[in-house]
Amino acid sequence: MSGKTITRADLCEAVYQKVGLSRTESAALVELVLGEIKNCLERGETVKLSSFGSFVVRKKGQRIGRNPKTGKEVPISPRRVMVFKPSAILKQCINGAEVADEAED
Amino acid sequence: MIKSELVQHISMSNPHLYQRDVENIVNAILNEIVAAMSRGDRVELRGFGAFSVKNWPARTGRNPRTGAHVSVAQKSVPFFKTGKEMRERLNKSIPPA
Repeated sequence: MSGKTITRADLCEAVYQKVGLSRTESAALVELVLGEIKNCLERGETVKLSSFGSFVVRKKGQRIGRNPKTGKEVPISPRRVMVFKPSAILKQCINGAEVADEAED
Repeated sequence: MIKSELVQHISMSNPHLYQRDVENIVNAILNEIVAAMSRGDRVELRGFGAFSVKNWPARTGRNPRTGAHVSVAQKSVPFFKTGKEMRERLNKSIPPA
């Protein structure tokens, strides 16, 4: 809860350290990767990233919701939402289990 | 789309990049997110969403079939919240049937 927040800048720095490209290029590439994932999801496609997790787009039908303040019933329009399903490996990492580093580089 | 397809896609539309490099970049990004979450940090990517870690305390659960008490150890789970821009993008194109 008290941890710090990692942003794009930190990801760019990590890419810059790992790959022999300039900072500007690294930043552009982080953007490119995220952009590609976003485009894919926008098309409604599932994005599976092994040992990380998958992003799935779900369709929700119309339903009746309630304004919690006034108690009034309001229709909630049909929509698409995106969910992230973490992989078992990611869950283990977060619980502090030592997982064999399978990223070969 | 899976990771290898993502890598392929990006290197195809950017012929000046080696596929190996793109692969390393994608892995570097993902590893950095995993490392941050393992430390308990949050990862916020504007326009996409935010990854955070939720800590659940230990509790006594029930086996739904037998009704027996089972102790569930404390655990942390990864959590993702879709960003505002992404949420809007999902719904602007084709409204679901």
